[in-house]
Amino acid sequence: MLLIHCPYCDETLPELEFAHAGEAHVARPENPSAQSDAEWEEFLFIRRNVKGPHYERWRHTHGCGRFFNAVRDTVSDRFLATYPAGAPRPSLASLTGESE
Amino acid sequence: MSRFRVPGRGRVNPDRPVTFRFDGRPVQGCEGDTVASALLANGIHLMGRSFKYHRPRGAVAAGSEEPNALINTRRGPGRAEPNTRATMQEIWPGLEARPQNCWPRLSFDLGAVNDRAYMLFSAGFYYKTFMWPRSFWDKLYEPVIRAAAGLGVSPSEEDPDTYASRYLHTDVLVVGAGPAGLAAARTAAEAGLRVVLVDEHAEAGGTLLSEPQARIAGLPAWDWLTAELAALKALGVRVMTRTTAIGYYHQNMIGLCQRLTDHLAELPADTPRERMWRLRAARVVLAQGALEKPLVFDGNDRPGVMLAGAAQTYLHRFGVRVGDRPVILTSHDSAWHAAFDLQDAGAKVAAIVDTRAAPPAALAGEAQARGIRVLAGFTATATSGRLRVRSVRVHPVSAGTVGAGEEIACDCLLMSGGWTPSLHLFSHTKGSLAWDEDRTTFLPADTPEDCVIAGAGRGLWGIAATLADGAEKGAEVAASLGRGASAPALPVEGDRTGSGTSHTELATDRSPSRARAFVDFQNDVTAKDLRLAVREGMRSIEHVKRYTTNGMATDQGKMSNINGLNIAADALGRAQPKVGLTTFRPPYTPTSFGAFAGYHRGGHFEVTRRTAIDPLAEAAGAVFEPVGQWRRARYFPRPGEDMDTAVARECRATRTAIGMFDASTLGKIEVVGPDAVEFMNRMYTNPWTKLQPGRCRYGLLLGDDGFIRDDGVIGRLAHDRFHVTTTTGGAARVLNMMEDYLQTEWPELDVWLTSTTEQWSTIALNGPRVAELLRPLVEGVTLTEEAFPHMSVAECTVAGMPARLFRVSFTGETGFEVNVPAPMGPALWQRLAEAGAPLGLTPYGTEAMHVMRAEKGYIIVGQDTDGTVTPADAGLTWAVGKAKPDFVGKRGLARPDLTAPGRRQLVGLLTEDGTTLLEEGAQIVLDPAQPVPMKMVGHVTSAYRSEAAGRPIALALVEGGHGRMGETVHIPMPDRTIAATITGCVFHDPENTRLKLAAPGGDA
Amino acid sequence: MTRFNAFNLVRHALTGNRNWTEQWPDAEPKAEYDVVIVGAGGHGLGCAYYLAKEHGITNVAVIDKGWLGGGNTGRNTTIIRSNYLYDESARLFDHSVDLWEGLSQELNYNVMYSRRGCMMLAHSVHDIQSFKRHIHANRLNGVDNRWLTPQEAKDYCPPLNISPDARYPVLGAALQERAGTARHDAVAWGYARGAAARGVDIIQNCPVTAIRRGPSGGVIGVETARGFIRAKKVAVSASGHNTMVMDTAGVRLPLESFPLQALVSEPVKPVFPCVVMSNTVHAYISQSDKGELVIGSGTDQYTSYSQRGGLPLIEHTVAAITEVFPIFNRMRMLRKWGGIVDVTPDRSAIISKTPVQGLYVNCGWGTGGFKATPGAAHTLAWTVAKDEPHPINAPFTLERFRTGRLIDEAAAAAVAH
Repeated sequence: MLLIHCPYCDETLPELEFAHAGEAHVARPENPSAQSDAEWEEFLFIRRNVKGPHYERWRHTHGCGRFFNAVRDTVSDRFLATYPAGAPRPSLASLTGESE
Repeated sequence: MSRFRVPGRGRVNPDRPVTFRFDGRPVQGCEGDTVASALLANGIHLMGRSFKYHRPRGAVAAGSEEPNALINTRRGPGRAEPNTRATMQEIWPGLEARPQNCWPRLSFDLGAVNDRAYMLFSAGFYYKTFMWPRSFWDKLYEPVIRAAAGLGVSPSEEDPDTYASRYLHTDVLVVGAGPAGLAAARTAAEAGLRVVLVDEHAEAGGTLLSEPQARIAGLPAWDWLTAELAALKALGVRVMTRTTAIGYYHQNMIGLCQRLTDHLAELPADTPRERMWRLRAARVVLAQGALEKPLVFDGNDRPGVMLAGAAQTYLHRFGVRVGDRPVILTSHDSAWHAAFDLQDAGAKVAAIVDTRAAPPAALAGEAQARGIRVLAGFTATATSGRLRVRSVRVHPVSAGTVGAGEEIACDCLLMSGGWTPSLHLFSHTKGSLAWDEDRTTFLPADTPEDCVIAGAGRGLWGIAATLADGAEKGAEVAASLGRGASAPALPVEGDRTGSGTSHTELATDRSPSRARAFVDFQNDVTAKDLRLAVREGMRSIEHVKRYTTNGMATDQGKMSNINGLNIAADALGRAQPKVGLTTFRPPYTPTSFGAFAGYHRGGHFEVTRRTAIDPLAEAAGAVFEPVGQWRRARYFPRPGEDMDTAVARECRATRTAIGMFDASTLGKIEVVGPDAVEFMNRMYTNPWTKLQPGRCRYGLLLGDDGFIRDDGVIGRLAHDRFHVTTTTGGAARVLNMMEDYLQTEWPELDVWLTSTTEQWSTIALNGPRVAELLRPLVEGVTLTEEAFPHMSVAECTVAGMPARLFRVSFTGETGFEVNVPAPMGPALWQRLAEAGAPLGLTPYGTEAMHVMRAEKGYIIVGQDTDGTVTPADAGLTWAVGKAKPDFVGKRGLARPDLTAPGRRQLVGLLTEDGTTLLEEGAQIVLDPAQPVPMKMVGHVTSAYRSEAAGRPIALALVEGGHGRMGETVHIPMPDRTIAATITGCVFHDPENTRLKLAAPGGDA
Repeated sequence: MTRFNAFNLVRHALTGNRNWTEQWPDAEPKAEYDVVIVGAGGHGLGCAYYLAKEHGITNVAVIDKGWLGGGNTGRNTTIIRSNYLYDESARLFDHSVDLWEGLSQELNYNVMYSRRGCMMLAHSVHDIQSFKRHIHANRLNGVDNRWLTPQEAKDYCPPLNISPDARYPVLGAALQERAGTARHDAVAWGYARGAAARGVDIIQNCPVTAIRRGPSGGVIGVETARGFIRAKKVAVSASGHNTMVMDTAGVRLPLESFPLQALVSEPVKPVFPCVVMSNTVHAYISQSDKGELVIGSGTDQYTSYSQRGGLPLIEHTVAAITEVFPIFNRMRMLRKWGGIVDVTPDRSAIISKTPVQGLYVNCGWGTGGFKATPGAAHTLAWTVAKDEPHPINAPFTLERFRTGRLIDEAAAAAVAH
């Protein structure tokens, strides 16, 4: 069971309080009707499915209820960072201390 | 006193004899014995039969790694379990222990015929035969194979015991209470940390329990242990025995299974049998010690052949001499001490056979002093004895040549192939291992978790070294948590350090392909099986394991993995790390299902959600149905009524008088804020801007893929406030979806969302006389068609209770939904029932609700739609605000396939005979005469007997259905084909005249 | 290749089993192949087998980053069934079952296909509607599946608890008698042996690092840890790792990879005669030939390649088993493990050509890939050989996620109202 830091509550809590909500930084287009079928498919379904540091969303369902973003290594399942929704994505270099 | 009990030895209590039954006979042991030690005290070595060859087997170990001595333990009805380790099961008066996998009895097992034909049953033999004729596999081969396989017998009754689960948080968890673990716990605790120390055995001490000769800090080992445990207690360390660390999960969560009652004669009231702990530790110290390896040679599996370390444990911990005339066969120094100690305990050691040409002179000298014969540079090639080892054949080996053999008589053969660290939990962390050529074993390397390994687990040997390492690791862990700690060195006298060499199979003068040199005892995997697997192209240890089943027995390779790896590597001519070690999987030892399930049994398997009104429905004799986690009243039968009769009556009452329905399970979400209307416009397909406060609208929710997700009536209470209802099952999903869009896509919208499902009791009242009932009870709203038309909402009081009153209908009759604060629901229900009785008020359940809504063609999302249905498919285009620039699902609806012709569309179906009720789920075809596979054009989604329609009705999704009105389709059933006509979806009051509210004083 | 039969088994036994030969050679890569298959699981090896046997294409390599059969082929609960709702799925899985039934003889390798029957439990009115819909659709598709009352279900599977007082009472069951289980490793080994005997190279421990495309955009080969291998066609069948491999060719997939856990009990004598699945309580169970209860769990909620999985999910799975089969409460869990499954948005697979000439993909099998092994392999081989899909896999395209023509078995099971 993962331990997850909610950036709003500023507490590290067990996974049972949270719901995974898929890849992060997949923004719904401003004007969906202007999207081609292929672009809409990409928004709906195409995911990076990263093996390694993965930008993803979680919701603190049984806590504050807020959605937030996280960077988690999908190989070790370790969280590198969590940050509020809407905040810019932290660079991997800043998280791992290595160059990307 | 039993024949093999050694007076003055052991930690068992000879003054407290305990009688239990084994194989139908009473056996006497002492308090503190395990089943295995008690049997050995009585000279009984034969305890089980192996998996494949049904070979007679005795205990080879003294701990949880035991592969052979597996028994069925039982304590009366419902309390029986297969495959219990005799070496771990403590005895108590009345315990029933039965042998397994043998017939007719343990000492004479017909299954042992397999052993005669062992050459046929080589590794993977079953992949090569049993294929002809094809039909024989199911009918003959497989049933025979299955009957022969398996070990014990499954329980056949429900378990009367209970199980508990708990959380525990600590600074440091130490796994294993041997010298390293004790020292680590002490050091960390003295540094002021909270420490939990667990051990799978009945008492703490680990190897110290088998080494009373040592003196630590000037005290005899056992006295030191007593003092140390007292010190730990004083420091607040939580010491948990009979507690197995079963698995190492993410971020230092360890599963601990604590066994509470299996060792007790009387079951205490209110005590669970086992308790599963989810322990989260800042740091973990793994001090699980090392496991002794068997030697691999022909006949190494006979009862009486045992690990030397196990013999030491039986002698020192249990006061049991495992034989009178032992032979020691070893490649490691440690086994020599077994010879010395047994000799001192009255046995006559026949020989110490060491595979090494030059064992340490000090040991040889000590043997000589005791008059024990030493054969150095020898191998063993065979043993004899059917139910107990009688002799071992040994040969000198020089320069790889096996010399002339000698048969040495014995009644037990104590072997040691050296020791291998216990790395199971470390492996669970996905930690990496490094091969240590000197010790011929893997040692722990890196792990992503915050854990360290101490003591024999990282290849250290001897009490002094492991104590020191434990203390050091305790200090290291304390330092990493910001605590200073000192790791005092404790002087140890009488320590037995030593070393050894490692072998594959022992050298033999026989054909290796004939040798029955066992590697995995329980699964009967021999060295030649492993070599055969390699010969057949299995190159990774994973393939070898799976092909031979080596390491897949209930000891999970604790006995066999390293020997198997060494032999496979040798056969492949590659270094061990190139061949790899199979991954250790949780749990560390087999663990009861009950412990995992914990409290989640029976009614507690999952929460049952009940409305506030539910007790009244139960009192009224309602029949319930599960709907998601809820239970809902399905119908209210009167005496003698079946469901159809009751439902027909409930519908009739509703359509002629008043029906009352508990709709509290409907999801309710309060959408509030200056931007509430904009939010609603974006989420739902419908336009909301022009909906006036006090009015309601049917709302349709899509996913961004364009398919229907949910629906419900939505009331606008104020300019900035909506009362949204959802389906019963969809409430949580809808709220989550709303929150997702609000928080992450449209954070600029000033809106709050609150789940109010459980804040309201909702009672639906439908029927022509409903106004008569409500008018005297409602204050604050005038119940007339003009003042409160259909699809209105108002805040008012009903029977004096604060209420939100909706004028809505899911039946086609005049309808109201009264929402009152949830706790007031039962009072309102009763008040309405009393006031409505003279008017013919009748409670109805979900089934009548379904019938009446279907009569009106109202869909149920999830029944008439299935996640592939668009608004147009469901005939709900009217609910889609086409002028809106965007809403969730708008772009999805424009995808090519969602607008293509030939989609399945919701229609009504009437069977042409006018009497046949279709079956929900039945498939529809156009041409009933076509052969299978038929071209199906749709299916029946809803079907009910309808008094209102005067015939059975159905809803269906049919390809191009909206363009097929009046056409005949066919529903092929197993026994006949039913013809039906496609119609519209409304079967009752298509003009909606009945929705109107009767004027006050008018006729109903 | 030594034929496997009772005669040879005895003959070899008499010579101490010293003369058996390797079932497949561990090949070194050649410079060029007609077809390179990435991923040596049952699907990839089977594809190679059918390419060689049915299409005469034998210059084929199957390349794997690890050992053959070491991925989901060797980590699943081996349930085989074909009682799917949609015509497309029913046809694909029933094609598989047809192949399963003769697979041991076809491969001369006993894959122990055990026709034990698969019973799916209904616990609510909604389940009944859904299962009836399946049963009727299956019947008209020629797929066997029939309805059982609770008592009939118990007669078929005696450990089942049919008490009406259960938290989720059994209201009935859908039974497919042709369904069952098979020995997972044997499927990979049998295909490997059959393919190798026809000239296919099986190259293990050789990670494919990239798919290379030529100037025209079409596939020209794969980069591997042992160098570049030229290939006219490349088929990717790498389960959890499909996304990474296909990314290197510029083809992005609608996949996410989740941990899936499974477990077995200690072995016991025969007690459980069939396969039972309950989607409502999430219990999936059968008993292996060895006697272990084989139990499937669900996927964890987050994507992961760690093959670890959490304790809460396992606790829930075991609770579900003891809820439906209370007599197993004192049985013990022997081993639990994790796999990585790649899941599509509609929970149906993709067996398809791709926008890249000469590149094919077989992916998105989620939790249900094992049962499809022969059918997926067979139709993938056809697709690769003819550069066009077999009628059976034609609906399982990549394009459906753009057009919306999904094969949504999960949505069709819908959720309770």
